[in-house]
Amino acid sequence: MSPLPHGPEWDFELLERYDEVVSQTAAEFGLDTYPNQIEIINSEQMLDAYASAGLPLGYPHWSYGKAFIRHEQAYRKGYQGLAYEIVINSSPCIAYLMEENSLMMQALVIAHASYGHNSFFKSNYLFKQFTQADAILDYLVFARRYVMECEQRYGVAEVEELLDSSHALMEYGVDRYKRPQPHSAKEREARRNEIEEHQRRQFNDLWRTLPQAAPASTAAAAATVFPEEPEENILYFVEKHSPRLAPWQRELVRIVRKLSQYFYPQTQTKVMNEGWATFWHYTLINRLYEKKLVDDAFMLEFLHIHTNVVSQRGFDQEGYHGLNPYALGFALMHDIRRICEDPTEEDAAWFPELAGTEWRKSLDFAMRNFKDESFIAQYLSPRLIRELHLFVVADHVGKAELEVDSIHDEHGYKRVRRMMADQYKRENLLPDIQVARYERDGDRSLTLRSPVFRGRPLAEEQANEVLRHLGRLWGFPVRLEAVDAEGRIDGYREWRP
Amino acid sequence: MNYLIDRRLNGRNKSAVNRERFMRRYKEHIRRSVKGMIAERSITDMAKGGDVKVPAKDISEPGFRYGAGGDWESVHPGNKEFVRGDKIPRPEGGGRGGGGSESGTGESVDDFVFTLSREEFLNIFFEDLELPNLMRTAIAEAEDKKLVRAGYVKEGTPANLSVGRTMKTALARRIALGGPLRDELEQAREALEVAARAGQPQARIAALENQIVDLEGRLARLPFLDDVDLRYRHRIAVPRPAARAVMFCLMDVSASMDERKKDLAKRFFTLLYLFLTRKYERVELVFIRHTDEAQEVDEDTFFYDTQSGGTVVYSALELMQQICEARYPNSEWNIYGAQASDGDAFGADPAKSARFLRERVLRLTRYFAYIECPDENQSGNSSLWVEYEEVGSSDRNFAMRKVYQPQEIYPVFRDLFRKEKV
Repeated sequence: MSPLPHGPEWDFELLERYDEVVSQTAAEFGLDTYPNQIEIINSEQMLDAYASAGLPLGYPHWSYGKAFIRHEQAYRKGYQGLAYEIVINSSPCIAYLMEENSLMMQALVIAHASYGHNSFFKSNYLFKQFTQADAILDYLVFARRYVMECEQRYGVAEVEELLDSSHALMEYGVDRYKRPQPHSAKEREARRNEIEEHQRRQFNDLWRTLPQAAPASTAAAAATVFPEEPEENILYFVEKHSPRLAPWQRELVRIVRKLSQYFYPQTQTKVMNEGWATFWHYTLINRLYEKKLVDDAFMLEFLHIHTNVVSQRGFDQEGYHGLNPYALGFALMHDIRRICEDPTEEDAAWFPELAGTEWRKSLDFAMRNFKDESFIAQYLSPRLIRELHLFVVADHVGKAELEVDSIHDEHGYKRVRRMMADQYKRENLLPDIQVARYERDGDRSLTLRSPVFRGRPLAEEQANEVLRHLGRLWGFPVRLEAVDAEGRIDGYREWRP
Repeated sequence: MNYLIDRRLNGRNKSAVNRERFMRRYKEHIRRSVKGMIAERSITDMAKGGDVKVPAKDISEPGFRYGAGGDWESVHPGNKEFVRGDKIPRPEGGGRGGGGSESGTGESVDDFVFTLSREEFLNIFFEDLELPNLMRTAIAEAEDKKLVRAGYVKEGTPANLSVGRTMKTALARRIALGGPLRDELEQAREALEVAARAGQPQARIAALENQIVDLEGRLARLPFLDDVDLRYRHRIAVPRPAARAVMFCLMDVSASMDERKKDLAKRFFTLLYLFLTRKYERVELVFIRHTDEAQEVDEDTFFYDTQSGGTVVYSALELMQQICEARYPNSEWNIYGAQASDGDAFGADPAKSARFLRERVLRLTRYFAYIECPDENQSGNSSLWVEYEEVGSSDRNFAMRKVYQPQEIYPVFRDLFRKEKV
């Protein structure tokens, strides 16, 4: 086949042809994707998309206006470029492409977003469990309409207050483990029949004659703690149990919670998701080159961009902002392929289950069944640690200096890997805070509990602020207890209406 | 199946509503900034947009976060010289870890700065201001007409074609003209069937068949759309009562008005000018400047020309009154006046002016504002102020204020033209 034309200008016909060959190549590797919807947008629309967290539509709120203004200023003054693409976890999978991109960029972005991210969305376990790709767009439409209706009926200020408060708790509106689906009415019916049938079979009038324990007093029943188990999804608890909220307010809380839940898998798989997409744009485009569908000039431009995307600066270099998820993810994915295809002795010792296997299958398994934390803990190889020159710095309270805890040597591999994985743990960024008690029969106060994790205190001012927001949603006193390792209450703060 | 969609033509201002929400929320900050801007600016760029700063504290969205303290480990790339157990002095400011890795978790502490467009700036600038006592005096001859819909007509320009209505008419016409034909056709078909069954003569059947073909042809020839179907939206112009207003700007440019005072006066008139041209499309402006004699000038001369001489306030008022009589009959115009001076008038002029103002000018005007820009260290009141004060005590449509500093201009201006509570 003769190479596809390329140059700075693209048109729709060419995009279609590129999409077609990328799609064929992706099929060769067995990538399983949602159908694609590729949309071309301009820079202003990209700014709009930024402001609404990449979603094609959202409800109106000032914080989105703030985000918009911030990005717009930065872009206009040249502090910040815009992303080449935004991709939405939906079915069909929507990818926004910037009109300014060159033809090569469009091809790269199609491979990256429409085949890389897309297949990740479809197959990773977190996305499968927590998001419904085919329903999200409809839900957004519903949410927007509902919020706007509420604004008309109850006033913009009222709605804004409620959304502000819900947003403050947004990170705590997530179920991290899948809830069992509630039984359907039919199942309940069947279960009840089963129980009745069981009782009928076991019936023996003799049981009646046994002396019975005194019935538990109602006061004792009331004294039991509610909820029985701590609840980590604070917004869920507020939505279901807040003594104050009107039904429409509960629905608003629910909307915020649902959106937060929708974004949860993305926060947990940043490295994997970007790594996977980057790995595939690299692999697919290289395959196009092998098939002589693109020429040398195309490849040089491609490699230039690709290298920029996966560049990782050292900690002491200017512009260092921590680990680049694209670089790290790509390195990890690429390393898995290398271990499968060309393992060294060290690899064989560390990854017996990978060495010498079919790389496609092993990589697919890795993509499906992990999130950032577990993925790094599983697959970060000594060789990669050496290549990246990773080292751990410990900052412990009470020590005058920072200490280098481990480096990329024989002693350090395991510890570096553990620390690196921990860095992507949710608990490492967000304090663990759960609903502990709701005094249903008392003063209706709500108590949150936060175990102190490795002596790290909460940011004082912000915590008080969030508590105030929670109080607004709850309408009765709210408390936040800090609990030490032995379960003793270390200190608490309170908000009263 | 893959789709490729061009969205570039879709609306771009999706975030406009959110931006507006944001502006509403931080209105207080924005107002404060606007106020500050006016005092700082030169007269020529009074009407530009500007930067508004909102402190980071006021704008942050809170969330539960870890504060400083506790035990942390962080992983970094690019180690060159460190080995296990090395000690590193803590970075300045007690940042945790080697810096960097957690920086994404904290909110940035910079103030939030954003730019108001000229439009937004002026909106806030003139919020809640209006001309007092404005009345709808006369129906203007031309211009102020409103187009209202007035049904449909058979003739019009293609742009006004009402497709829906046209199709409706066409459908009606086709039914009306086609109905009898269709009935006839049906009868003919039935007759044909009967004839065929009864074995009637060939000629009769052929005749019926011919008739059917003929009818079908006629039905088919009914045009789908005909000239007579076309309907156009009709609009007619309805005259609307309009408020016509004229503002007289009277400025003292005598020698005693030094640069500072002139600057104050001009700032005031600039605000007034911006306000009127923006808020009221149909306000006419008359600029009068005076030394010992008054002359009517155009706005360029008024704002930018330098001239000096003695002071006779009376001359300006007299000229204003003459212009009113000649060009702006009281029955058709809302007349306003604004006067700026340092009040430095001599002899009989102040008393004479005040009397003329009360007896002649105020009768004509809906509202008259007097701005005095005295010397910074002047104690006591100027002779003109004293005389005018008496006028103010008796007349409700007269207001006077003193302005010493540029930053006082805006509050005074707002005060003079604030919207009356209904």
